Amino acid sequence: MIAECLYIEEDTVLKITKEEVEHVAHLARLNLREDEKEKFTSQLNDILLYMEILNKVDTTGVEPMTHAITLHNAFREDVTKESIGRDLALGNAPDEMGDCFRVPKIIE
Amino acid sequence: MELNQLTIHELQKKLKNSETTSVEITEAVFKRIEAVDDKIHSFVTLMKDEAFEEAREADKEIQRGNGGPLTGIPIALKDIMCTKGTRTTCGSHILENFIPPYDSTVVKRLRDAGAVFIGKTNMDEFAMGSSTETSYFGVTKNPWDLEKIPGGSSGGSAAAVAADQCIASLGSDTGGSIRQPAALCGIVGMKPTYGRVSRFGLVAFASSLDQIGPFTKDVEDCAIMLNAIAGYDPNDSTSVHADIPDYTEYVSKSIEGWTVGIPKEYFIEGIDPEVLSAVEAAIKEVEHMGAQCKEISLPHSEYCVAIYYVIAPSEASSNLARYDGVRYGFRSDAGRDLMDMYKMSRSAGFGDEVKRRIMIGTHALSSGYYDAYYKKASQVRTLLRKDFDEAFRTCDAILTPSTPTPAFNIGEKMDDPLQMYLCDVFTISCNLAGIPGISVPCGYTEAGLPIGVQFLTGHFEEGKLIQIASAYEKNATLERRRATI
Repeated sequence: MIAECLYIEEDTVLKITKEEVEHVAHLARLNLREDEKEKFTSQLNDILLYMEILNKVDTTGVEPMTHAITLHNAFREDVTKESIGRDLALGNAPDEMGDCFRVPKIIE
Repeated sequence: MELNQLTIHELQKKLKNSETTSVEITEAVFKRIEAVDDKIHSFVTLMKDEAFEEAREADKEIQRGNGGPLTGIPIALKDIMCTKGTRTTCGSHILENFIPPYDSTVVKRLRDAGAVFIGKTNMDEFAMGSSTETSYFGVTKNPWDLEKIPGGSSGGSAAAVAADQCIASLGSDTGGSIRQPAALCGIVGMKPTYGRVSRFGLVAFASSLDQIGPFTKDVEDCAIMLNAIAGYDPNDSTSVHADIPDYTEYVSKSIEGWTVGIPKEYFIEGIDPEVLSAVEAAIKEVEHMGAQCKEISLPHSEYCVAIYYVIAPSEASSNLARYDGVRYGFRSDAGRDLMDMYKMSRSAGFGDEVKRRIMIGTHALSSGYYDAYYKKASQVRTLLRKDFDEAFRTCDAILTPSTPTPAFNIGEKMDDPLQMYLCDVFTISCNLAGIPGISVPCGYTEAGLPIGVQFLTGHFEEGKLIQIASAYEKNATLERRRATI
């Protein structure tokens, strides 16, 4: 099984290009240095190639699994309960003003 | 034997008979930590003052005759569980100074049970890793050999128990993060059924896979810890309304007449020969105890690593979106505007492995790729779960190796993420299927490194899991050793 897991199909098509890595980094709100872009492109390619193994399985008509156990909607009574309070809620804020979290400017 | 070397049930007797006090046990534990933690680095944060306060309180309770099974017992917590007033870092720079305003449910339950919290243990950053090398706070070493990794991601919690720096600890297991380090550190580690233990206050990694469980010195202690943490919690809507038996009643019960499945897919080329022979010996022992071992097939086993490394990073990329430098966590001051601040805070706050997994997950969930990766993996996950449902129709339990190899060298797999992912090849399926699993020591390599055997049972059958693990532990002719540090 381990030997099998290490088997990576010969595939000349890149699973992900450097440009796509840049796009994904933006979606994930990450800045990558040039060397990180190179490294992640190569590593993500290896990992995504490895995932090709899943295409060996015929999944026609198979329900995707969302949870390991059968879950039911967890309804509860709509009652007011005590919350943690403003001081504690703001206690870990990197920056705050008055009763609010403060952030850098949002619009030009 | 020193007090810190004993088990929960041994200490409980001593406390009850007034042969010792919680303060004395706590002193022994801190003495040990002070002697060896420079070398092992199990802990990120110690809670010494609080611990002695709790120990004194516990001693009063015991004197009043009120003590329960965990009253006065020093416990370590993986630094992924929120502790009110004590920083919870998750092994990350981004949470380096995070002080939770509330206790996680497991912490609250252990607190109510009278446990003494001694500290927060080191872990791979955001539990992403199999070696405890990706922590922002440095590497944890294996107490059996300081050149080796302790396993991960709950490596600090495993090392602390193995080195007698605490009596028991809690970890979390998303793809093997309790069972793999338990195996590599020569102790007992259990991942309960998904939904058995509340995840409220557990820093989220992959929400459909994460589960909290105990590390202990023997199986009876595992049952005691599980008794304390299991059960429904209105704060976690995935925790399950189900009766919780007294798990200690399953300790020392016979497994005569049981059918134990040996999945052939777990015994293929690539396993370390010493691990293989130790696990084969365990199969013979289980047969000696009156169980019938039969070969079974879990045909989708070869896909489990691929399924996992689509699903876990996808869920992680979503869960870790909350670290934006606004409400808590590290914020970079260099950002010119909000977007810039998000990006700079996250880039400086997360380590390499976390970034890599966020990238995999973001890509897998992004427009045009969702069906190819996430949906496909979730479909194969359904088939994998059916393999187990099928197997448990005819088997009481399944026996496998816990890990393909014993503990490897520090640094050995750090440059090859895929090699690191394959360390979890035997533990991942249990999380994907949501079933409980336990790793129990089953021998040593010639070099003196511990080896673990894993038992698996059906959903919510932790009782049977304790039963077979305990039967094996008590009846197998096994040499018992302590970590050499």
